[in-house]
Formats: sequence, C-alpha cells, structure tokens
Amino acid sequence: MSVSIRTPLTFRDVPPGVGLEAALALKRPAVIATLRAADLRGRGGAGFPTATKWNLAAAAQSKTKYVVCNADEGEPGTFKDRVILNHFPDLVLDGMLIGGYAIGARKGLIYLRGEYTYLRAPLEGILARRRQERRLGRAILGKKGFDFDIEIRMGAGAYVCGEETALIESLEGQRGEPRNRPPFPVDTGFQDQPTIVNNVETLAWVACIFAKGADWFRALGTAKSRGLKIFSVTGDCERPGIYEYPMGLTVGELMQRVGGEGAKAVQIGGAAGRCVPAALFDRTIAFEDIPTGGSIIVFGPQRDMLQVAKNFMEFFVEESCGQCTPCRAGTRKLLGGLELLENGRCSIEYLSELCRLGESISLASKCGLGQSSPKAFLSIIRHFRDELLGRPAPATS
Amino acid sequence: MSVAPADDAPRAPLSQRVQSVRPQQVPGTLGATVTVTVDGQNLPVPLGTTILEAARQLGIRIPTLCYHEDLCVAGVCRICVVEVEGQATLQAACAYPITAPLVIQPHSRKVRRARRHILDLMLAEHYGDCYACFRNGNCELQSLAKEYGVDEFRFGHVTAPRYPVDRSSYAVVRDMNKCILCRRCVRTCIDLQEVGVLEAVGRGDRTRIATFLDKPLGEVVCINCGQCINRCPTGALRANDPTDEVWNAIDHPTRHVVIQTAPSPRAAIGECFGCEPGTALTFQLNTALRQCGFDRVFDTNFTADLTIIEEGTELLLRLRQALQDKQPVALPLFTSCSPGWVKYLEHFYPEMIPHLSSAKSPQQMFGAVIKTYYARMHDLDPAQIVTVALMPCSAKKFECNRPEMCSSGYKDIDYGLTTRELAQMIQEAGIHLPDLTPSDFDDPFGTATGSGVIFGATGGVMEAAIRSVIELVCGVRIESIFEHADVLPVRGFEGVKYAELDLPAIGPVPPLLAGLFTDWSWLAGARLKVGVCHGTANAHKVLEDIKAGGPFSQCHFIEFMACPGGCLGGGGQPIPTSPAIRAARARAIYAEDTAYEVRKSHENPAIARLYGEFFKDGPGSPLCHELLHTHYTPRGKYIV
Repeated sequence: MSVSIRTPLTFRDVPPGVGLEAALALKRPAVIATLRAADLRGRGGAGFPTATKWNLAAAAQSKTKYVVCNADEGEPGTFKDRVILNHFPDLVLDGMLIGGYAIGARKGLIYLRGEYTYLRAPLEGILARRRQERRLGRAILGKKGFDFDIEIRMGAGAYVCGEETALIESLEGQRGEPRNRPPFPVDTGFQDQPTIVNNVETLAWVACIFAKGADWFRALGTAKSRGLKIFSVTGDCERPGIYEYPMGLTVGELMQRVGGEGAKAVQIGGAAGRCVPAALFDRTIAFEDIPTGGSIIVFGPQRDMLQVAKNFMEFFVEESCGQCTPCRAGTRKLLGGLELLENGRCSIEYLSELCRLGESISLASKCGLGQSSPKAFLSIIRHFRDELLGRPAPATS
Repeated sequence: MSVAPADDAPRAPLSQRVQSVRPQQVPGTLGATVTVTVDGQNLPVPLGTTILEAARQLGIRIPTLCYHEDLCVAGVCRICVVEVEGQATLQAACAYPITAPLVIQPHSRKVRRARRHILDLMLAEHYGDCYACFRNGNCELQSLAKEYGVDEFRFGHVTAPRYPVDRSSYAVVRDMNKCILCRRCVRTCIDLQEVGVLEAVGRGDRTRIATFLDKPLGEVVCINCGQCINRCPTGALRANDPTDEVWNAIDHPTRHVVIQTAPSPRAAIGECFGCEPGTALTFQLNTALRQCGFDRVFDTNFTADLTIIEEGTELLLRLRQALQDKQPVALPLFTSCSPGWVKYLEHFYPEMIPHLSSAKSPQQMFGAVIKTYYARMHDLDPAQIVTVALMPCSAKKFECNRPEMCSSGYKDIDYGLTTRELAQMIQEAGIHLPDLTPSDFDDPFGTATGSGVIFGATGGVMEAAIRSVIELVCGVRIESIFEHADVLPVRGFEGVKYAELDLPAIGPVPPLLAGLFTDWSWLAGARLKVGVCHGTANAHKVLEDIKAGGPFSQCHFIEFMACPGGCLGGGGQPIPTSPAIRAARARAIYAEDTAYEVRKSHENPAIARLYGEFFKDGPGSPLCHELLHTHYTPRGKYIV
C-alpha cells in the first residue's frame, strides 16, 4: 500500500526516545505544563486541548488509569495515521508513555482499526523490542516507579468506534456504541477508570513537542490552532498523498500545492466534515475556521455534487450505530430526500423541511458522529442548490 | 453443537447504571449542592442530580421515552433534549448529571423543533395503526404524538410489516414492527433482571432488538417474567393473550368455567379503570367475573394456604433430616411459587434444582384440587371443567403449559389471564368495575387467610410460612413474638433481606402433622435463618453467595420472586410500573391481610376440611405428592 509522501515530515527529524527522555526528566505537572505551553489540540478532528484532557485525568482520583491510542482511523479519505504507524510507530508509543507518565497510568491500549490488521504484527514486534530496551515494562528508562505497558486491541470495522466512548465500549468487549457524556472518559473511561483517548497523530506530536520544545510548536500555525498538521489528500487532484503544513493554510493554497486548482469543491474533514465550494477557498483550515482530522477530498468540475452528497449520506446510514433516534432514522430520511432530488421529485418545501431536520440531527444526536452526520448534506444543499434542483424525472415506460 | 448465549453480566457501564452520582459518592463533596436554573426557576440540587430530576422537582415537564425509573440511563431516544446555556448541542435531560451551575431552557424553539422531528422520525419507523393495538390509550408514543400535536406523518410511515411476529413463547409475544428501539426491554432483561435474552443487533437503520442468533423467544433462556412488557412504551411486547379461548369456554353450553383470582391483580386491576394505584377491588371483581359468565369465582389464597402447609411440611422434613438424622439434604429450601424464578434457576443454576421446593405454586395446586376434589364433590366431569387463573404474571402462562402439570389426568390450569387481559374482558362485557357492588368468593375455596394475600408482595411467602411454622412447632401464638402477626423483618422492598429467628419454645406436634412427626425435640434451641429476595438480579446475588459459602448458604429457607417487588410488580400487571406504583399496591395488599379474621394458613378451616376429606393422609402424603407437588427440568443456559 504505497502512499506518496509529498512534503518533508517533521516526524523524520525526531529520533525515537528523545521526546520520551525529555519528558521523563520533568516532574509530572511540568509535563502537562509543557503541553499547555505548546497549546496542542487533538489531531483526530475535534481539536480538544490535549493538556486540558490530560490534566483532568491526572487530577482524577483513581489508582488505575489508562492511556488509549485511537488508531481506528475510519474517516473516509484519511490515511495519515496508517502512514504514521507504519513509519514512525515509536513516536506514537513515546507519546503514549508520556501520557501514562503525566496522568499516572500503568497501562496503554492501542485500538487498531480492523482494516489495519496487517500492522499488528510489526507493531507487536516493536512493543517486544521496546520491552527489551526498557522503553516499556517496569521502570521505564530506569525511572523508578514508572511502569507502563501497551496492549494492542483490534477494532472490527465500525466507523463509530472512532468516537472515544464507543471505542471504550468496544475495548470492553461490548457493542460499539457511544456513552452519555458527561461523565467523560477522563473521569469514567475504560472499565470505569480515568482514561485519556488520543489520536495517533496527536501522540506523535506530543513526542515531537518534548523533543523540540513547546516554543517550536507554538510558533507554528495560528493563534488558536498551533503547530503542524498532517493531511491526507485524495480525489481529483494531480498529487494525492500525505502533506504536512502548519495549521491555518487556506483551502486555495492547499489546492495549489496538491494540483487541485480546478476543483469545484473540497470535502474537508471526511464524511463528518463539510463541503467547501470554490468560492470559499480563501477560508483557512484551522479549528477556528474549517476544522479537520486530516481528510481532504478534492472534487473536480465534472463531479455531480448530488452523487457526492448521496455517497456521504449512504455512508452515515450504514455507519450510524443505530442507538439514537435522530441519527439512526434521520440520516435515512436525508438520504431519501437526495434520492427524491435525483428523480426530480423533491419539493422545495420538503427539502427545506429536511434541512431543518438536518439541523435537529446536529443538535439532538447523542454523539459526534450523529451531530456531524448532516453536515455534508447541509453544506452541499447550501452551496450547490442549483446543481441539485430541477433534475428531470426518469422517463416512465 | 451448542453455543453460548449472550452472557448474563450487566452491560451498561457503571456510570450509566447509577442514574445520578449522589454526593456521598464523590469524595470531598459530601452534601455539596449546585444551583440549576430551569426555565427561569432556581433550584439548589445535590451534585450529580440529572437535569430531568431537577426539572421534575420544579414541576416542569420534560417528555421522556427511553427513560424509566427502574432502569439504567440510556439517553438514546433523545426526546428529552433541552438547551443548556453555553453548549452548542442539545443535551438529554435524563442522562445529564449536574456538576456545575447550569441554565436550562427546557422548551425553547430549538428544543421544540428537535423534539417534534424526533417524534416524526419515530412515527416513521413505527408500523401500525393505533386503533388496532392493545396499547391504544395507554401508549407513551401515542401520548407524545398528542402532546406535540402530530397531525401528519411528515417523514412517511411504515405501511407494511417488516418482521414476522414472534409468538413462539407461551408468555411473551414480540412484534418488532412496533419497536422504536428505546431499548427499555434490553435494559430490563440485562440490567434489571440479569437474564440477557434481548440485545440490539445490526447497525444504522438496520438496528433491531433480537434474541440470541434470532432464535424464537420460546427457545432461548427467557424466563417469561414479562418485565419487558411492563416497560415497553409501545405495543411491541405483549403477553400471549388467551382471552378468545376463555370467552369460548364461557360461551360453551356444557363447560363449567372456574376462575381463581390472585391477590396482586386485585390490588392493581383498578388502575385499568382509572383508579389510583393501591385501590383494591377484590370483591367488586367477584361481581364482575360472575357478570362476565364465570361459573365459580375462587380465591387463589386458598391454595396459597395449602402451599404453605405443603412447603412448610417439606421444610420441616428437610430440617429433620439435617438436624436429627444428620443426613445430607438440600438446604436452604427455595420457594417455588414464582414460575419466572423457577425457570431462571433451571437455566442458570440447574445444579441447585434439589433446593427447590417440590410444592407446586398456588395456581397449579388450585387446578389440581378443582379437577379432582371439587369435581368429585360436585359430581362434575373434569373434562368439562375449564380452569382459568387471574395472575399478575406472564410466566404463569408458561407454567400452566408445563407438560408435568397434569397429574390428575387433566391440565391443572387451562388458561392463565393477566390483570390487563381480564380488565379488557371486563370492559368488553360493558362493566365499569369500580362501580360494582362487592360480593364474596364462592365456597368452599373462597375461605382464605391473610397469609395467602401477602403472597403478592415480596417477603409475603416467608411471612406466611413463619406465622405457620412458629405456631405449629412452638405451640405459641405468633402475636406473642410479632405484634399483630406482622413479621416486619421480612417485609419491605430491599432487594435482599436476611433474618434470624429463635424458636421460643417447643410445643406438641399438632394433629395435622402427626402422621409425619412424633415430636419437635430435634428443633429445640434451633435458630431459624431465612432470606428473601425479589428480582432475578437479586436472586443471582443470593445464589452466588450460597455457592461461595456466604451467609445465605446457612439459611434454612429462602423466598425468591422473579419480579421486582414480588407478584405485585409482575409482568402481567397494569402498565406503567414504577417503585411508587408498586409500593401503593403493596400497601393495598397488607391492608387486605390486616382485614382478615384468620391470618394464618394452618388455621384456615377449609384447608382442614380438604385434608380431612380428600388428602386424608395429611400433608406430604403420596396423594399430595401426586397432585400438589411437581418436578423440574435442568435446562442450562446453552442453546442447542
């Protein structure tokens, strides 16, 4: 599975272990303070401040805590975690160890996407090697009292298990369905113990931050979205692949670099993200503007946006966990509306009602999946209304 | 090949099984309160109170559907969403614990629109027309549709059934076409009862509630308790209804139709006629049943008294074997009158079946007596007698169809009716139950005692047994130990109760038991240890305690009831159910007990007459064993 890596990657410049050693030289609160200074926000897409998450887990009263690496990379169009786990696994493991040290956990779990089963054997090999090197197991790097080991658990192909509480349910051997929040995993997570769940890329950046310093990271990106970001670019562009850029890049700049200048729209953030039309290519990719976990899908001028919308809605109808009403039943109705549009049978009135339904799904769904499920639908209807409306009804025989 | 069923461990994460984090559970926050503002009204609440609880305290209605007071939180239907100031999305009021000051808008424009959309979506998934549904007028979805002014199916409506109706179980009928996936049944089965027959399968809009490998309900480890029926908001779950057969029997020219009524339905049936929970209509019901055309109306309490004598005798025999003969014997003795509990034991602890009393339940004893003693007394052909039982229970439907329950040559009980089904029959006959003039039960089986009545509440069987065993063995009046004969240590709704009782003296062997015992000297100085539990989740705890050699392994006698609250919370009782409703029914039952002149089973003159005329060799005799006792089937929890 060869992926073109199109830009130099910082991860190549950071040797394994450097960040870990630097972090273990600090006192636990100083580890979190460093992260806070770097102002790292979660790279899975939600952008939650990593230091805040870790601090809550560190403050939670419990003898048993867990660090979970979310490697259930299921967002359509993203493959950067796969590349990171393939090429820079030690950085991710270092990040988990730093997390374990910071919050006082002794156990880490990697929740590996079912489709990445082929990565399991090499990762197990690396875990074994690290146990030999005392970078895993008892008294890590000779530091007394810091014991930490990591176990790999496999996902089984459900998109929703990328949602952290569904992931935890799945880890516990149950049906992967999101829990009610609060309580949050930092308080009541895996086996009801305080748990931090971090994306693969986030953990790799943690290692880099301790290797290169919080100031280095902080100086990059925008005021609200510091640092660098890995993008997985696919679709109608000349140079698909992996890119690393500081946060705050405009969509247009990114399109130039990937050879997607003629694109009529870009889906940013995968199925759960939103569709940005060419008219808005001056918008920036950052948590305060257009957030993304890294998935960039380019749509060329020839693409039928109705089919694009349908594809995303079919995805959610398939991948909704089926637990809460708005997402389970609502996504099906939105897809039904697109099918009506396709056949020229959707009234403006019904389309407006479906848009209001989409807003209700966003507001009332239980988890992030449900809340983001109508976003692609709503943004495509908003920006490509003329393209979608007025399709001829199929000729009746 | 056999395969393991869904395990019986609770599924909901602990945080959701505990509905709210009570202050004492959060270290350092004892007594901490936080102020919540709902719709402009301020209320200080203990940390961890949910938004829903706070709103209810303020008298503000927030609609709910998947929420149920008896169950762990799910937060899946989303009908209870509210706006929390400062949060981008709406939050489920039932599932949101308040840990910081919050400002809540329970009925804002966004909220109303989202709720209406959610309802529209549920109605789009829900097949069926209200007028062709047994929950018409008592359906939570229907009420919400009214509350939110639904007057069209905005997102369509299922017009043809998608799933076949599962009628394989004697007790519970599942029509998944009406299911709105609130998962109350799943939580009831796994978390409340710890049985685990139902689970959500499939994903997205193919999600549905299923049994293990989609086996018919009649073939899985379902214990027929029907607790899922009581908590289903729609008509997706119902009891297997034999009303038509019962009407056929009543209308048949030569059939002699006899009905027995159990105490719990009598304390609850009023709810089906708009009465407050806790309104006992025992004697009005007798009138109604005669008006419906039943030939005889008897009181199940009569055979409840008989059960106490037979089961009490069995207890004494086992105690003698243990204490006097020093022989190994299965103790503690387990009660056997709850058929849901019996099937639970058969499935999950088949190795403990020897502990189960061989005495049939009062329902089955009644049938056996009717088709033998009663038939002979009135010169009736047992083949022409149809025995109907009014029970608070869906499992009784399974019990009366057990193949071993026909030792007289005829089915002991032909039909088991639930409280709900009989209420329907009464309505169909044009009768408004609460308005009727009370009338008595028919003789001879109308004579009962207060001990029989309290069978309906958890701890009741144990209390009845203690009243009789103490008097029969000690020769003293129970009132000398417990004021008004109220054995308070075994009463109340705690899930598991344990009590010890010193035998104050040893008396002469009463004539009733003279055939079996010569003296009680071997009981001198004994301390009776008893346990009571209700709900199979609690049964699970007690059985595990016994296996681990805990305090319950030292008990002599343990009462088990499958349903929370005992029979008064049975799966055949009026819908809805809640702790408050069950407590009201219990009050009605204990009030009825107090009103009886005779409150001890062994003092029932009709029982004495039955032993004198029919079971002449006394309790535990071969004829008693043939007609009044049964045996059990080790089923195991593996489905072949």
